[in-house]
Amino acid sequence: MNAWQYRGWLLPFILLGVAEFGIRTSGIESHGIALPSDIAKALTEVIASGEVFVRTWETIAAILLGLGIGGTIGAILGIFLGLSRSASRIASLAIELFRPIPPVAIIPIALLIYGFGVRMEAAIIAFTCFWPMLLLTHAAVDAVDKQLIEVSRILQLSHIKRVVSIVIPAILPRVLTALRLTIGIAFIVAITTEIAVNPFGLGHAMMLSQMELRPPFMYAYVVWLAVLGWVINAGLLLLQQRIFGAMGIEVHR
Amino acid sequence: MKTSNTPAISFDRVGLSIANRQIIDGISFDITKGEFVCVVGPSGCGKTTLLRMVIGLALADKGEVRRFGKPVSGPERDVAVVFQDYGRALLPWRTASGNVALALEAGGMPKAERADEIASLLERVGLKGHGDKYPAQLSGRMQQRVQIARCLAQKPGILLMDEPFGALDAMTRQSLQDEISAIVAGTGTTVMFVTHDIDEAIYLGDRVVQLDANPGRVAEIIDVNLDRPRNQLSSREAPEFLRLRHVLFEHMERSAHP
Repeated sequence: MNAWQYRGWLLPFILLGVAEFGIRTSGIESHGIALPSDIAKALTEVIASGEVFVRTWETIAAILLGLGIGGTIGAILGIFLGLSRSASRIASLAIELFRPIPPVAIIPIALLIYGFGVRMEAAIIAFTCFWPMLLLTHAAVDAVDKQLIEVSRILQLSHIKRVVSIVIPAILPRVLTALRLTIGIAFIVAITTEIAVNPFGLGHAMMLSQMELRPPFMYAYVVWLAVLGWVINAGLLLLQQRIFGAMGIEVHR
Repeated sequence: MKTSNTPAISFDRVGLSIANRQIIDGISFDITKGEFVCVVGPSGCGKTTLLRMVIGLALADKGEVRRFGKPVSGPERDVAVVFQDYGRALLPWRTASGNVALALEAGGMPKAERADEIASLLERVGLKGHGDKYPAQLSGRMQQRVQIARCLAQKPGILLMDEPFGALDAMTRQSLQDEISAIVAGTGTTVMFVTHDIDEAIYLGDRVVQLDANPGRVAEIIDVNLDRPRNQLSSREAPEFLRLRHVLFEHMERSAHP
């Protein structure tokens, strides 16, 4: 164990110390800021009461549902478009027309169809996740080594066998990287939806703290979100390295 | 049509141009069943393209390429290919056994029979005990042997090799040359072996087809009358070897500096 390897933690702690010291000595009274020590207290409180876990599960459930539906459809379509040049040409205009729609612009539509709750949020997240998964999976199929495709032709693999045994394993590292990126975007959209309209999840919990003029709790949720995002990304990265490390396949960070 | 004197591979006045540039011009020669023919020539002579025509991945725009008397229309499982770039021809996510298994799966062999077959194929190429390793864990020569084992799993009538040892060091090359000779000896497999190395072509071949470049055409076809099995020392020092080397080398020099 070398203390030096934890040097990255130094800067955040110094900044927290400076904030604590600065706020205390200057005597600022504001509803916009909070003492780091108060934020820590608020965080322990919501953890102890289990409140934060309930809200986290709500947000995660919406993300999983949305990502599961939108991401899966996007990935499957991406594989199909990557394999069929003519399908890709036919679809390209439609993709270019629909893709620039900002996901938050879907909020009113989803609200009208599903009302408040997990379904409307999942629908928005599905729309959000669909595009990056579609495009990145398509690009991953394009990047499959042509030599491997030739090998599959020489071995006379059936179309299904070619997709299952060659294409899907070959694109998997890139698709998992795409998934990591997409989850990050899904998080942003989920929290945005919850803050803007949906009385649901972590975003809404933040909004409540704000409306109740309890900044330490507001910040506590922000801290929680940062930790959550970091844990999810690190977990997926670890999973990727576990799967591909032994095969000597490089994992994009 | 499949009589015993039908050649395994026929090039019949084959021509190909890409973007108005003549790549191959009127190449004709036959490869008899069970023969080991090396195609040698400078880069740009179209030797790899010829090989791809035999597979059916490239199509001639003039003349005809035939396998066992039938015009080539596309890849067939009877034709196996060893690529130079083993790193790109193996599936990195499959172990050595898994890569060999791919050819057996393609051939529809029941799962229960595969393990024994894979073990015997790996043993044949000298990879006994390495079946569980991923390509990245194997040296270049071992990866190339995995590729050879996968080709053997196809039980090919025709084995095509595209500069298979070009990326390996000299010592490794020589031992793999002997291994491939031993592996195909007596199997009746027809081999077309593409290389730019004249010595390698003479050492391995029953015949050597020398090509000229721009456009690719046949310069010389020579018989190699050296006893088999060949020996890295005595065969390469035999007067016949040196004579052939002289002929091919002189022609290559002449065409490179006319």
